Amino acid sequence: MIVRELELDLDAFEGPFDLLLTLVLKDELDLRDLDVAAIIIAFLERLDDADQLDLEAAGEFLVLISALLELKARGLFPDEAAELAELEPEEAAEELARRLAEYRRMKEAAQWLRDRLDSEGDRFFRLGPAPLAPKVEQPLAPQSPERLADVLRLLAKEPAQVSLAHMALRFPPVAQFLDRFRAVLRKRSRIDFESEMTDLSRVEQAVAFLALLELRRNGEVTIEQAAPFAPIRISRTDVEREDSWTLRSA
Amino acid sequence: MDAPLRLISSNPLDQLAKTIEALLVVASAPLSPAELADAAGDDVERVEAALGLVGERYREGRSGIVLEHVAGGWAFRASREAAEACSRLFEKPAQRNLSQASLETLAIVAYLGPCSRPDIARIRGVAADSAVANLLERGLIAEAGRSEDAGAIRYRTTPLFERIFGLESLSALPRLDDIGESTEEIRDRLHAVAEKRTA
Repeated sequence: MIVRELELDLDAFEGPFDLLLTLVLKDELDLRDLDVAAIIIAFLERLDDADQLDLEAAGEFLVLISALLELKARGLFPDEAAELAELEPEEAAEELARRLAEYRRMKEAAQWLRDRLDSEGDRFFRLGPAPLAPKVEQPLAPQSPERLADVLRLLAKEPAQVSLAHMALRFPPVAQFLDRFRAVLRKRSRIDFESEMTDLSRVEQAVAFLALLELRRNGEVTIEQAAPFAPIRISRTDVEREDSWTLRSA
Repeated sequence: MDAPLRLISSNPLDQLAKTIEALLVVASAPLSPAELADAAGDDVERVEAALGLVGERYREGRSGIVLEHVAGGWAFRASREAAEACSRLFEKPAQRNLSQASLETLAIVAYLGPCSRPDIARIRGVAADSAVANLLERGLIAEAGRSEDAGAIRYRTTPLFERIFGLESLSALPRLDDIGESTEEIRDRLHAVAEKRTA
């Protein structure tokens, strides 16, 4: 395997490895755009394809890729020398003077510290970890047994039964309307649904309608309606009916 | 730290001075007047007055133990007369063999701290890693958060630094603006070079 001929298919570059190196060295390809890890993966895949480990190729690749990595790493850090070089000579001199002065001040400070160390060298003192601070005690507030008993008594009391009344189903049973319709139909063979509903609530009307459908299913009545929203007419079927079905509530 | 306010203290000053002596003997680091007041159960003004009494008694030439104002507090140390005897028995690991690089780094942290390794490297022109590690190990500097822009760890000097160098606080460091003349010299020299290049 020849490392230089390794074919690469990267975001920033497509082609053989040696062309990539040439472009990088000529500054025609910005290393910052280059995913070095992708090159390594490409090489490893290629290495995997071969039956035998090509030590020579691996070695050559290692040298090339580490040089590339170093170049990239250097490129990622700001180049102070280049920054200085971009300045006008006047500004560069100013900047250099500022830095030298700063360093010089710190050298002076270091010298002062060294002198100080010499003059204070005969000071001996105890050094060590400080003894632990005492634990702060957190006493309980004054307690009264009576109060404790009161509170316990409160806890021991059986709680009042919670009412579930509000959860009860408010729907009237369908059977109620079944009976009602049957009673009416016993007297009259034909009735008008709406006229039976006049004094009922909306929910009751709905349940009544369910009862009506139930009757229809049992074949006790026939239902007619001429057009949507027209009056619903209920007629008794004169067939002998059987009471074999069970009543169901809604 | 607020000590309980006492309008009239039944505790005479010399009694308080004895308590302070005792506290300073037990302590292994300088104690601030507020800490002393807290422990003694007295107020700071009286503690400071009592410290005057203690200092009078434990001063250089009069006693083998000397009271000193150092690192933001008060502490006992050995008298300078006894230094030689002390040095036969005790080592001073924190300040022994400080290299020039370490001292320069220490100066930068003391004057400009808290500052990061890149800050130090920028001023000294070389990497500061080993010097910083060395000073950390000696306990002369400590971490002090991270810089806002790059997130680099920043360092400051420790109370031990102030104590070893006999400083009451960092503000006891001498001002360094007094070397302006030599800065001007550098500037002039550089300007001369710059003019030659443009010419």
